[in-house]
Amino acid sequence: MSVTARAAALIVAFLCVAGLGAFVAVYYIGSASQLPTVQYTASGGQVNVALQEDPGNNSTTSPDWVTYYTQDPTTKQWLHTTLFSVPAHTKVNVTIYGYDGCTPLRNNFWGQVQGTLGNTVTVQQFDKNNHRLGPSTTTSLINSWASCSVAHTFAIPEIGLYVPVASPNANNSVNNLCGTYPCTPTSGGAYSLETFSFMSPGQTGSYRWQCLIPCGGGFINGNGGPMQTLGWMGGFMNVVSA
Amino acid sequence: MSSAEIQAPAGRHAAEREPQHTWWLVAVWLVLSLAACLVIWFVWYPHLPPGDMTTSARHQQFDIAVLAVSAAPVILGVWLYFGYVLVAFRAKPGDDSDGAPIFGNTKVSATWIIGTSVIVLWLFVFGTIELIGPAGAGAGEGASPIWKLSGNQTAAWTPGANDMLQVQVIGQQWTWSYRYPQFGGMESTVLDLPVNTPITFHVTSLDVIHSFWPYLLGVKADANPLVDNVAYTTARQTGSFIVRCNELCGIWHGAMTSNGNVMSQTAFKVWATAVQLRERANGTLAALPPYSLTYDPTVIPQLGKDLVKVVGVTGAPGYYYGPGNPVTP
Repeated sequence: MSVTARAAALIVAFLCVAGLGAFVAVYYIGSASQLPTVQYTASGGQVNVALQEDPGNNSTTSPDWVTYYTQDPTTKQWLHTTLFSVPAHTKVNVTIYGYDGCTPLRNNFWGQVQGTLGNTVTVQQFDKNNHRLGPSTTTSLINSWASCSVAHTFAIPEIGLYVPVASPNANNSVNNLCGTYPCTPTSGGAYSLETFSFMSPGQTGSYRWQCLIPCGGGFINGNGGPMQTLGWMGGFMNVVSA
Repeated sequence: MSSAEIQAPAGRHAAEREPQHTWWLVAVWLVLSLAACLVIWFVWYPHLPPGDMTTSARHQQFDIAVLAVSAAPVILGVWLYFGYVLVAFRAKPGDDSDGAPIFGNTKVSATWIIGTSVIVLWLFVFGTIELIGPAGAGAGEGASPIWKLSGNQTAAWTPGANDMLQVQVIGQQWTWSYRYPQFGGMESTVLDLPVNTPITFHVTSLDVIHSFWPYLLGVKADANPLVDNVAYTTARQTGSFIVRCNELCGIWHGAMTSNGNVMSQTAFKVWATAVQLRERANGTLAALPPYSLTYDPTVIPQLGKDLVKVVGVTGAPGYYYGPGNPVTP
């Protein structure tokens, strides 16, 4: 190979690597910066956070990825973001609408509720017609290996918060899931309504949260796609001054 | 005219007034080396990482200090010679002659060969001793460790009995959990350990390769799926520490941390028993798989069947979704 050809090959290789780096930076960092952060403000020393997890989404890029949505407290609109902020050292009341079907936990230990006030969650099941299925239950464990009962988890490891998010039951998980995203209680899908509370940390900053079920279906070991992309199955809870 | 004839007059002229370069260099080098070694040993050593919280950490701190003491004379020798040459043998203006040839100088050759051989052999012997002595130096030794830490192998752990505490470290994207088989197989998100107790870590992973790195404990062991990687240590001080992942394992690798505490043996017993009782009461212990040195992430023993596996791709939705629908639920 001539010197000219080698130099050309070197330049092309350099441009490829530089281009790949630029693409990664724009794709990940650029897209991350576009995510809105939902601001939750306290009232009476408490703050109410509402999330939902769906089997699909209303994006044009990856409509078949599972995802979380966050509700804007003012407009009540569901925003496709996983960034939200809460005041420091405040009781955070979380409501999660579980529209996605069940998935066994890879490590069933994450079925244990940890870090909530009382180390429990309260779950109410609804059918596709938005009718309650039985009474609500307060529990410290949702055993996804014993029955079809968990869709995802909501975990903030840095503060020791690990919460399994209940799913519709087995029959509803197979036959009656919501198909229009973001889902609503009247959009024709069965769902679970889970509530719990925890204290936000006193120290301000960004606290990572994620799902601990490898729910990136179609990716190796289920940990790709929505599991590896900010704004889908993981995000940040920004703790701000109260 | 030969080169010898050209250099000879200059060489003779220089020899008449040359100082004793070698002895001067050796004297200065000895003084500087002694000073550096004393500073390293008495000033730096007590503050060197990773500290002395455990036996393995203490050995690593000692190793770093010894290696620094070993390296300091070498580095100083190079720097001193380099600086001395720049000053003493700088060419005079207009002097374009070559320096005296040293090829074939037996003293230089012998000094070089003996010196480097001694250094390499010393590092080999010291490194071997420090690897074997503290039972693998806190590193993962694989499923069948060669150098084992002594301690009683018991089914239940008792304070003050020199019982080996077994701790299973489970890495998963992107957090750690810890199982204690001597406490009913209870699992925790916090790595609590008793002081003055031989500890065996069984490190494994449920997905990709992670690396268990409680820096202050002086322990680092890769967490591989379907592999039991064993590492040993003995905590000597109480206190808190952080566990990090030291293997790039995905988007949240940098945030894959957890907390740990070394506490008194009595306090540890109280803590572990309390966690065991709580997890027994709320059903967690019964929901966990039987304790095993490794876990196949595609198998859920309680379900009695494999998760869906499609040509190397494990569908996250598990057995609830058939092979015909591996992409999304």
